[in-house]
Amino acid sequence: MGEKNIVRSNILLGLGFALMTAALYLVFIFAPTEEAMGQIQRIFYFHVSMAWVAFLAFFVVFICSILYLWKRAIKWDTIARFSAELGIVFTTLVLITGPIWAKPVWGVWWIWEPRLTATLVLWLIYIAYLLVRSYAAEASRGARFAAVLGIVGFIDVPIVYLSIHLWRTHHPPALVSDLVPSMLLPLLVSVAAFTVLYIILITRSISLSNLEAEVRQLKDARANQRRS
Amino acid sequence: MDNLNYLFAAYTIIWAVIFGYVFFMHQRHRRLQRELDLLKEDVDEQKMD
Repeated sequence: MGEKNIVRSNILLGLGFALMTAALYLVFIFAPTEEAMGQIQRIFYFHVSMAWVAFLAFFVVFICSILYLWKRAIKWDTIARFSAELGIVFTTLVLITGPIWAKPVWGVWWIWEPRLTATLVLWLIYIAYLLVRSYAAEASRGARFAAVLGIVGFIDVPIVYLSIHLWRTHHPPALVSDLVPSMLLPLLVSVAAFTVLYIILITRSISLSNLEAEVRQLKDARANQRRS
Repeated sequence: MDNLNYLFAAYTIIWAVIFGYVFFMHQRHRRLQRELDLLKEDVDEQKMD
């Protein structure tokens, strides 16, 4: 890692830490307790932020998949792969925190209603995206199939987002404009904190893949030396 | 209607999963770095031979 990259990475880490600390303060101390749901509503701030980051991650997969199929440059495939991995991590957290919020409010962990079902389908699509890669006979073919899935699978993201408007659903509407300023601020800071966390993790993942490439190159060099 | 146990569970899981993922990445990085160092040594030795 170059000196410039280390400085950039440290700035990002500092920013992420500051934003996450501010988000925790705003969520647990600054934000008022919601009248109908009580303390459990405080899940909302991180739940929505993680859903936003998951959508962002899958959007990056979508764009990088198009670029990979167009340019055939391995770097687009690498970013798409790691972004899908991160999208899955955050969608998993959304799928876990949602039922924990639902149980005391709705009385049940899970309802097969449009928003929840579409989110579960989204998670399954990107699990399939990673499986396609690992089961493909050749890496390049796996990357191609995954890129197609990364483009087609993204259709589910607007479906998840619009599901509360298109169908009758139990899920509360995500109307940011309806929030009072003392609830809007914690939400916005949490979204910013998770966005920076995503950028930190994707940057680290890319440097990890560079390391992987270096290992592969050296293995090839060693094999060539042994042959000659 | 406080349900603080549910709130605690949610935030514990969020941080456990995030730290778990960061730890998994760190382990992957360490393993690759070790493999890279060994390979570099091996390639250098072969060059000297």
